[in-house]
Amino acid sequence: MTQSSSLLRRGSRMGMPDGRRLALLAVRYGMLAALLMWIVAMSILSEHFLTIYNFLNVARQAAPIIIIAVGMTLVMATGGIDLSVGSLVALVSVSSAALLSAGLPIYAVLAIVILIGAAAGAVNGSFVCLGLPPFVVTLSALVYLRGIAFVASNGYAVPVSDPVYLEIGRGSLAGIHLPIVIAAVVAVAGWYVLNRTRFGLHSLAVGGREEAARVMGLRITRIKIAVYTLTGALAGLGGVVATARLANGSPNAGMMMELDVIAAVVLGGTSLFGGVATVGGTVIGALFLNFVRNGLNLQGVNPFWVQVVSGFILLLAVLLNTVANRRIEEWARTRPAAEEDEA
Amino acid sequence: MSQPIAGQPLIDQPLIEMRGIAKSFGAVRALHGVDLRLDRGEVLGLVGDNAAGKSTLMKILAGAYSPDDGEIRIDGVPVKFDGPISARDSGIEMIYQDFALVPQLTVAQNIFLGRELMTRRFGLPVLDRRSMADRSRDLFSALGLRVPSVDSPVHALSGGQQQAVAIARATGFAAKLVIMDEPTANLGAPAIAKVRETISRLKRSGVAVIVISHRLEDIFAVGDHFMVMKHGRLIASRAVDDTHADEIVEMIVSGRDRRVS
Repeated sequence: MTQSSSLLRRGSRMGMPDGRRLALLAVRYGMLAALLMWIVAMSILSEHFLTIYNFLNVARQAAPIIIIAVGMTLVMATGGIDLSVGSLVALVSVSSAALLSAGLPIYAVLAIVILIGAAAGAVNGSFVCLGLPPFVVTLSALVYLRGIAFVASNGYAVPVSDPVYLEIGRGSLAGIHLPIVIAAVVAVAGWYVLNRTRFGLHSLAVGGREEAARVMGLRITRIKIAVYTLTGALAGLGGVVATARLANGSPNAGMMMELDVIAAVVLGGTSLFGGVATVGGTVIGALFLNFVRNGLNLQGVNPFWVQVVSGFILLLAVLLNTVANRRIEEWARTRPAAEEDEA
Repeated sequence: MSQPIAGQPLIDQPLIEMRGIAKSFGAVRALHGVDLRLDRGEVLGLVGDNAAGKSTLMKILAGAYSPDDGEIRIDGVPVKFDGPISARDSGIEMIYQDFALVPQLTVAQNIFLGRELMTRRFGLPVLDRRSMADRSRDLFSALGLRVPSVDSPVHALSGGQQQAVAIARATGFAAKLVIMDEPTANLGAPAIAKVRETISRLKRSGVAVIVISHRLEDIFAVGDHFMVMKHGRLIASRAVDDTHADEIVEMIVSGRDRRVS
């Protein structure tokens, strides 16, 4: 965690008192702490929880969410949102089944369905760049993309049997499920793009203050179209993973998945207003959500109640993400800045 | 006109020359063919009431807008900007009234925004964060400006510190011309002195400065010339020691130059 040590150094350089530094750390790493506490508590309560089998199972469930949420993190970095990813999963799911049964070679099918995702994302991005609110643009896409999935499949789920395709959801590499491996690769790549490239930095700048980004000459249209296109492509990949695991091309796939994805990103600490984003937080957010469900399931909690709890966790996270975080950050930072003002 | 020798600015040419700059927004003509000339180390005060076209003219010079008509020359060489980056590459920097900083990004990230330094790790291009932080620190000490840390987000800084970041960004990259939009608005006396000092320092190092300001006393203090605009036209030019505040104010209000009749 190099970020935490640099934060501590920064705190001490600014002459920040320990209490303020701790508050900043709590804001930044609260979700990680909550995840660890939940894991400890569930390990005590259930003998089935703290097993490699269970952890791999939870991570595999979280994998499609993580894959898509990495793209969503970039979209939200620009101050946008993409509600259409769940429907895109359905479209990719039925397209995969249809193209495979039409006899296309497997690798062509994979390329085509991910391109379908990218194209749908590019359409979203283009409309956003016309000045339409991302919420409305992608809500429309949520409706029409699932509509297309139903039209294309006539409403029927079609089994997928191609062995290579199924391997993506069910295979494993050195004992680790392939979906987890794919999610890990996507997360590392997403971390690199967000934190180490111009594109990631410019995405944050656009979301932080678009007018400043504009007068500094950043190519705002290109950045916005790119983040939605990338998210579409990742929704395509996530859709392949989910479809392969269920061995079923269904127009009902990915139902409400956009909410899990957005919940993971927000739980992770990415700002709903843009300008602040973290891929590591997103991964932790996705794991937290799935570990909570898994733990409650193992406790025999009624699954309907699990849904209620998930909703309240999200509400709490949004509260922390918006109001509380900003207050704490302001409180922690204002005084040191003011002290040096006379320089 | 003689051809400039490649790589060698012609000393007899003005640093910046704008000729017949015109710009319309829809049916509104913001600029009707404005001329402007500026030499190295010259400080020009651009004054006029609201909607006189000052900001539009300066945004054209800074590459944020493209003119409908007219020509811009730097050292006698015609240039065409396709955006703020190409204007900045030509040595024209602008300090916006609101500083145009991204609050969530760090001081160093803001200073290098749009012209980041890159390096390679494992064969991949990555932002060279260390070099950018080091060079930002050097920049502040060279300018005699203090900022708590180049790694702190800009929203943690005071207004005066944010202006220091904007000044460092505009003056730290071999600028030939720095445009300042209302640099002393909403500032206290010590901060105003700091801005005047910055302008004088730029002037001494041969950098030209254009100041858009409602505060005429700043231009009388550090400026060489006034340019008065009204309704998208240039009304008058005056050397600072050939005029007084009353005359400038009168021209801003009436939009007429009494010396030309």
